[in-house]
Amino acid sequence: MRGRPGLITSYRKDISLFRTGTQRLWLVVLLLVALWLPLWMPNDWLVPAGISLFAAIGAIGLNLVTGYAGQVSLGHAFFLGIGAYTASALSTVEGPGTRGLLAYGYDMIIWLPAAGLVAALLGVIVAPVALRLKGLYLAFVTLGLVFLGQHLFQSWRELTGGAGIGRRAAELSLLGFRFDEDGEVFGVFLSDTQKIYFLGFVLLVVMALVAKNLARSRIGRAFAAIRDRDIAAEIMGIDLTRYKVIAFAISSFYAGVAGALLFTVTGFLEPNAFNLELSIFYVAMVLIGGVATISGSIMGAVFVTMLPNLIDFVSDYLPYDPATGPLNTGQLEAILFGLLIVVFLIFEPLGLYGLWIRIRNYWKAWPFSY
Amino acid sequence: MSERQRSLSAHLRGGRTEHEGPVLEFGGVHLSFGGLKVLDDVSFHVNPGELFAIIGPNGAGKTSMFNCLSGVYHPQEGTIRFLGQDILGMRPNRIAALGMARTFQNVELFEHLTVLDNLMLGRHLHLKYGAPTAAAFIGRARREELANREVVEDIIDFLEIQPFRKSFVGFLPYGVQKRVELGRALAMEPRLLLLDEPVAGMNLEETEDMARFMLDIRDELEIAIILVEHDMRMVMDLADRVLVVDFGRPVALGPPSEVQSNPDVIRAYLGEEHSVVGGGENP
Ligand SMILES: Nc1ncnc2c1ncn2[C@@H]1O[C@H](COP(=O)(O)OP(=O)(O)OP(=O)(O)O)[C@@H](O)[C@H]1O
Ligand SMILES: [Mg+2]
Repeated sequence: MRGRPGLITSYRKDISLFRTGTQRLWLVVLLLVALWLPLWMPNDWLVPAGISLFAAIGAIGLNLVTGYAGQVSLGHAFFLGIGAYTASALSTVEGPGTRGLLAYGYDMIIWLPAAGLVAALLGVIVAPVALRLKGLYLAFVTLGLVFLGQHLFQSWRELTGGAGIGRRAAELSLLGFRFDEDGEVFGVFLSDTQKIYFLGFVLLVVMALVAKNLARSRIGRAFAAIRDRDIAAEIMGIDLTRYKVIAFAISSFYAGVAGALLFTVTGFLEPNAFNLELSIFYVAMVLIGGVATISGSIMGAVFVTMLPNLIDFVSDYLPYDPATGPLNTGQLEAILFGLLIVVFLIFEPLGLYGLWIRIRNYWKAWPFSY
Repeated sequence: MSERQRSLSAHLRGGRTEHEGPVLEFGGVHLSFGGLKVLDDVSFHVNPGELFAIIGPNGAGKTSMFNCLSGVYHPQEGTIRFLGQDILGMRPNRIAALGMARTFQNVELFEHLTVLDNLMLGRHLHLKYGAPTAAAFIGRARREELANREVVEDIIDFLEIQPFRKSFVGFLPYGVQKRVELGRALAMEPRLLLLDEPVAGMNLEETEDMARFMLDIRDELEIAIILVEHDMRMVMDLADRVLVVDFGRPVALGPPSEVQSNPDVIRAYLGEEHSVVGGGENP
């Protein structure tokens, strides 16, 4: 048996995250590429790339509650908003420009976890709804959460600045280190967008790892059991209330953190941003990326966020030019978006993740394709 | 007994608190849905180490009894005591924690998960680590996962489902799914195991395997079993005592030999001209 690579000979090895050397190698290559991209990418690609990393954190959150635990939520935008405003209020330094807005002047080490925790707390408050409602009914009620949130954000001026006015997003200053200014890091000159990208990269890696660990633990299994058959799950000893609350809490925590960071890239928060469309974008990330997969959530978030860039890029090679044609990039994006969701739902329910598995299996057999 | 089976048996029996008297007391239970009387004054008890069978025609209320036991249905009247504790009105997960496990008439596995994950879900109550350790997957979380994986592997060996460990249960043949479901229930380390038609739809060979497992569970693992089954031969061969129900009412209760010759049973269950033993009915 010895000398056969890839043979798993212990349970310890069997339950480890990356079971084979090949998997580990792929991961290292992927991480290196992700770290190398921002060094040469032009800004009009790097900005959405940075945003996509934060969005991926939010998509993982939605996938935990909806993909893993099966609790369909259209309320993700609400939790993103809670995170964004908590962070902004805690971070803003009181001054002549703050015009009576809530401003506490805390560092990122405080506002980032706080944004997650406040959102998680609201998730815990909302979770009991999921104890009474399932499927479409739950989706509908969480949809109400978005409208409630929008109303709250538009009318609570001290927090949000009000509709049409807004306020600045949280300041990316971690223990005095500024991510939102150009400067030298370990002797290398980095632009603000590059710094933000690296921040997003590190946070995403950590939060994806935590999510993956949760997913393969007794907690993730309990989520899946509730999703597949809730009554059988309860008869197995799973406390439905407890695990639905945990699912909403963790998911909302991820949304809070993502919301806090998403808008720091552009620097501005507008109450109308946290609308149903934003929720739908996240549902699309999960569906396109792959339900109940962490890597799929990341792929989906990157794909959906980068879609306008991809359309522009592809249109250079097509006879059609969005700059002069009847449909502009935004309209093309909306159409493509809808099409993709339909196509994935019908043909590849596992999303980009499923596509990747197929490609991998194809190459495994290469050159003996059949 | 193989090494694995000895370890399984030691594991499942160890750490049990001894209990005097019957494992289960089901007394004067009435259950109705609207005007429909599903259970009408049903009483029985199950002794430790007993294989107790419940038989009756379709719609007699057998599955409903299981649902009352596991806390899914709430009877209007009666008492249900499990290991001396009143479990009426308790949530299903609390009853499970007391040591009751079951399989379902229509397989209720978690179909998007592998056999391993389904069995590990049976261990849910025996895994105690919380979210913080789970997030890091070190220390206690890893230790408990590995220790419980050992128990699950013993069960996999016991039920002879080794080749299917990593398969998603949704794709497995029906007979194997039934075994996995039994394994998931066993993984809970129950004191009482409820089996709802475990051999329905199985061929002769699979039925014999399942019968062997049931006897091993009763004799080696010392777990009391309530068996609901239409396969008469099996019930008469295996059961220590049999309860016959018809339209939610108990018709007869006693050892198989007595029940078989009870004229009420023959009338209720199969009609006048049949004899109970002859009909290996299997819907
Ligand atoms: N939740 C429910 N609501 C209404 N009626 C129910 C419910 N559950 C069971 N019943 C009724 O109770 C009666 C007994 O059903 P049950 O499933 O317990 O029968 P069974 O003895 O298990 O039959 P089978 O041998 O076909 O499995 C049936 O008439 C059924 O329609
Ligand atoms: Mg039944």
